[in-house]
Amino acid sequence: MNIVQTDFYTQAILSMAALVGLTSFLMLGQSRLLRLIFVFALQGLLLTSTTALAAYSLDNPHLYISAVLTLVLKVIFIPWMLRREVLRMNMHRDIQTLSNKTMVMMGGASLMVFSYYVLHPIVQTTSPVMLNALAVSLSVVLLGMLLMITHRQAIAHVVGFMSIENGLFFAAIVATKGMPMVVELGVAFDVLVAAVLFGIFFFHIRTSIDSMDVDLLNKLHEVDK
Amino acid sequence: MILVSAYCAVLLSFASGLLALLMNQQHILLTLSQYAVKKCFNDAGHRQDWLNKYLEERHYPAFLRLAVFILLGLSGVFAVLAGLAVLITQSVITDQIALGLPWLPWHVRFDCLSGFFYLIIGIGVCAVSLYGPGYVHSNKEKDHPFAVLGLFTGLFVSGMLLVLLADDAFFFMIAWELMSVASYFLVAFQHEKSANRRAAFLYLLMAEVGALSIILGFGVLASFSDGFTFDALRASSLSTTWASIAFVLALLGFGMKAGIVPVHVWLPEAHPVAPSHISALMSGVMLKVALYGLIRFCFDLLGDVHWQWGVVLLILGTLSALGGILYAMMQTNLKRLLAYSSVENIGIIFMVLGLSMIFMANGHPQLAALGFLAALFHAFNHALFKNLLFLGAGIIHHQTHELNIDMLGGLIKRMPKTSLLFLVGCMSISSLPLFNGFVSEWLAFQTALQVDVLDNGVLRSLIPVSAAALALTAALAAACFVKVFGLIFLGQARSRNSGKAHEVHDKGMLAGPALLAGLCFFIGIFPGVIIHLINNVSSQLLGATLPDDSTLGWLWLAPVSAHQASYSAPLVLIGALIAAGICYGYLRRNPLTVMRRAETWDCGFGGLTPRMQYSSSAFTMPLRRIFASVWIIDEQIYKDTQGAMNQDVTAVHYQLHIEDHSWPRLYRPIACGVNSLSKQVGRIQTGNIRTYLGYSFATLLLLLWVIS
Amino acid sequence: MNWLIAILQTLLFVALAPLLAGWLKWCKCYLQNRKAPSLFQPYRDLLKLTHKQPVVAEQASWLFVTAPYIIFSATILAASVIPLIAVDLPTSASADVIVMVGFFAFARFFLALAGLDIGTAFGGMGSSREMTISSLAEPAMLMAVFTLTMTASTTNLSGAIAHVLNSGLVLRPSFVFALFALILVAVAETGRVPVDNPSTHLELTMIHEAMILEYSGRHLALIEWASQLKLMIYGVLIANIFFPWGIAETFTAQALGYGLLAIMGKLGLLAIFLSIAETLVAKMRLFRVQEYLGFAYLLGLLGMLSHIILEASR
Repeated sequence: MNIVQTDFYTQAILSMAALVGLTSFLMLGQSRLLRLIFVFALQGLLLTSTTALAAYSLDNPHLYISAVLTLVLKVIFIPWMLRREVLRMNMHRDIQTLSNKTMVMMGGASLMVFSYYVLHPIVQTTSPVMLNALAVSLSVVLLGMLLMITHRQAIAHVVGFMSIENGLFFAAIVATKGMPMVVELGVAFDVLVAAVLFGIFFFHIRTSIDSMDVDLLNKLHEVDK
Repeated sequence: MILVSAYCAVLLSFASGLLALLMNQQHILLTLSQYAVKKCFNDAGHRQDWLNKYLEERHYPAFLRLAVFILLGLSGVFAVLAGLAVLITQSVITDQIALGLPWLPWHVRFDCLSGFFYLIIGIGVCAVSLYGPGYVHSNKEKDHPFAVLGLFTGLFVSGMLLVLLADDAFFFMIAWELMSVASYFLVAFQHEKSANRRAAFLYLLMAEVGALSIILGFGVLASFSDGFTFDALRASSLSTTWASIAFVLALLGFGMKAGIVPVHVWLPEAHPVAPSHISALMSGVMLKVALYGLIRFCFDLLGDVHWQWGVVLLILGTLSALGGILYAMMQTNLKRLLAYSSVENIGIIFMVLGLSMIFMANGHPQLAALGFLAALFHAFNHALFKNLLFLGAGIIHHQTHELNIDMLGGLIKRMPKTSLLFLVGCMSISSLPLFNGFVSEWLAFQTALQVDVLDNGVLRSLIPVSAAALALTAALAAACFVKVFGLIFLGQARSRNSGKAHEVHDKGMLAGPALLAGLCFFIGIFPGVIIHLINNVSSQLLGATLPDDSTLGWLWLAPVSAHQASYSAPLVLIGALIAAGICYGYLRRNPLTVMRRAETWDCGFGGLTPRMQYSSSAFTMPLRRIFASVWIIDEQIYKDTQGAMNQDVTAVHYQLHIEDHSWPRLYRPIACGVNSLSKQVGRIQTGNIRTYLGYSFATLLLLLWVIS
Repeated sequence: MNWLIAILQTLLFVALAPLLAGWLKWCKCYLQNRKAPSLFQPYRDLLKLTHKQPVVAEQASWLFVTAPYIIFSATILAASVIPLIAVDLPTSASADVIVMVGFFAFARFFLALAGLDIGTAFGGMGSSREMTISSLAEPAMLMAVFTLTMTASTTNLSGAIAHVLNSGLVLRPSFVFALFALILVAVAETGRVPVDNPSTHLELTMIHEAMILEYSGRHLALIEWASQLKLMIYGVLIANIFFPWGIAETFTAQALGYGLLAIMGKLGLLAIFLSIAETLVAKMRLFRVQEYLGFAYLLGLLGMLSHIILEASR
């Protein structure tokens, strides 16, 4: 499969896949929370346009609704809510410096290669194009988990969790040409509820230990050392 | 005929060694030669005058030294001729010498691969023998006797040549040991300092451990065949496991001699300590003999290579290249820096050799030939410019008695010819276009770019990363040699020694490096000559040549195909000369804008001292901070203060100490382990006679029991 | 005939470089609410410098005096291998993209040596910083270039651009990454904000300017022209590799004319983006540059991996 021989839809899907992967990498390297949320919103925007593109090219009107839902939730509402939380808790001036930024980035690159080789056995059952886009979405999931591991701020954990869900969503769009509507709505509402719960928990964590650094949660053990 | 000249090369170097040994019996030689001259030339008067001048008592040592080096130089010339002849004719010549064991005479084989390395050795030896007489002239005879130096130099060169001729395992090992032991004595030449003795001991230790590993490798091969000759070893068929074991043993042994990280630690200790022309031979030529050994073992004796071996070579080569140049940047001793730079270049050669193995194992013999060609070409180029740099370092040491870069400076005005030759060396090693280092880097990149033909995805991701590491190495090498040339030759003198230096008087000391510099430039412009010769090597060894060798004319270099990549160095040179010439002529035509000299701008403060210039540690400070985890850095700053509140800083003392990671992590644990093991074993020796009687008693009981 | 076009193109390259610098200055002045000098002011500056007497320090050697000629010639050679208005140039066959990087290395080598030649602290500082930044930028540039050459399976720049042109409008993920990587590397190598401020007067913030602090007269004219030419070279590389439409494939006067208009339009657009970026972003401290270039390398690596994973045929 050479890229010149595929049609425009496939090329566009592959380019979108690459850009979504790029936003995952950008999120890994961010040290400021407001920018992290902005890049997450950008990822949501890319997902919206992918869905719209799939809707246009496959002539499936359900996907338009899915795209609008994604736009409202992932690009506008959840980032707005997270941003409000950050500004309210005065965390937008904190900088989290990753100790080993280069190693984390290189680890992210090798995760991408790894996800490709994990999915390689499926090549017999699907077309190679979908394999490649699936590999990118699996790597987005893995990079989201890496984001949760390497960052200490709890807001970054939420963003990582959301980007895992983004990766799954992208895989669904690309592989099955859109999930059934019911599943889509269910997942969307789950995410919304999770975001609300996170917000409530953050407020409580902040008031009890006066910081959002999850490493400091170690203080909350009962046994005296 | 070709073999005769190869033998002549060996015999001439032996002869030069023996003649040097006879330096101690000068009186006998003097009377003998006076007698011989009188007998032969008793009629030609003017010729007798010239010879008589040399045969006088006080000039005779210089004449003998000259004769020793002339013999060595002739040996080099014969080696070059033999190498060229066998490469052009593409022949394989075998022979047997009746030395060695009674049932195993020494087998000799002279084929294209040996011929190519003969060529390398020959050029190196020629340059060194031009350089030698002037350099050793200043040695004090009592402390550093020339007899020792000359003898072991001759033995060293003949050992290297014999290694290339060997066609059975015994002969190979004998020649290898001759090479190692002779170079040990050369490294230990200036033995009055304990640091030098320690460096020489380390060198000998690692050389012997490496030789042991090579013997084991040969042993593994020989156990599957019916003899020790290379023909028998070639015919042996090994399972993959045993072949890999043999490969690992050979890699350890030959890699130790070549200087691969992490077994490179003897290189930066031994090379600075030896006399400069010996360092040049060791770094430029001996490392290539180790490379020859590895190529002979893997490509010739083992036969089919596996791609995993290629990956191992690729990874080790990348680590050596990066590690070598990063350590080189931090050195202030010029020769130590050049030694680490040799580690870097050997790493590059191993990397490209690994690529060649990968292509070979995956069924692309022509691309394997391309990689092989790039590796051998880089070996040749490295021999040229490393020799040049070490000989230049020798000249600098000879004139200024300083090897510390931080104590030199401003030599470009006082030593103009040396600075030009050293500049050519620096430009070649930094892989700048128009010089030979660039062509081999270009070929290495072209090899790496062929990665698309492979199927294995891991390799397709790994090889571009290695190519990027190669690019980083080349850029760091350029930075390192900008530092070297800039701090030694440019700017103002930083010490009195450097300020009082003057150009070498001896023409030979300039001629040797000039020969090498000329070759660097010539091969940079017309690389096709050498590439054609190496193509013959790869056709004999690998059975494949470059894909499209019809376009290997003198003007163009298109290794894969003319469409894919092409480079024409003569056209580039012509373009550069035209552009520079036009600018130069046009801009200088107005006599009013002639250049004038003035004082250096000092921001109006005045009082610029040479101490205000950048030093070596200052120049590399950004890289030291960026790559800080590569070294063990110990940086101390002390301030001398005065005043009631210690507010006036009168002096600042800065101390920087860089240590190699392999010492505390690899070598000291090994040394501790060996020490504790030997202490355990030493407990047998109690010194008590009753225990010794007990030992004999126990042995007697055991034997009685066994017999019964 | 081809050679004539190649030589004419190189001369055009050299002649247009100060115009690009003038246009860039015009855009920056407009963004900063200042009145800009004329578009042709760089030409007048260069001419003025050539009429002045160069003053050279007493401690300088022959290397200091000949370095400007070497630097300028090397940059001209690099410019000659890049298709500006037409592809299928014979000069591209004599030196491919790796040789072009080698030419830049050649110019940089001598510039750094010239900085060390005077024996002041500023020159050493400039040389040290410049060599550090260029060492880190080389792997990133090579990765971006590898992506292009592996797609086009040739390192000959004319051939690569012709390949991209003839494939039509293909959206390659690897090219997206390689474009960003090359933009980041171009900013670092040409010494623009955020890596180096080309119009700074504070010596401790200089990188490129610190090395040429002692130059004057025609030497300075040559070095200034060479740095303007280098900026144009990187601009043309970005414009013609990733957006090659408009470049002439035949050597007719009409095609060449269109090619010239196309490249001038693309360069003008790139200059506008560069000036916007330079106005919005502040200069980084020196030890942040390694993260910046590490990110560029990562983008190049991603581009290469995208090419291997997503695009290449089995």
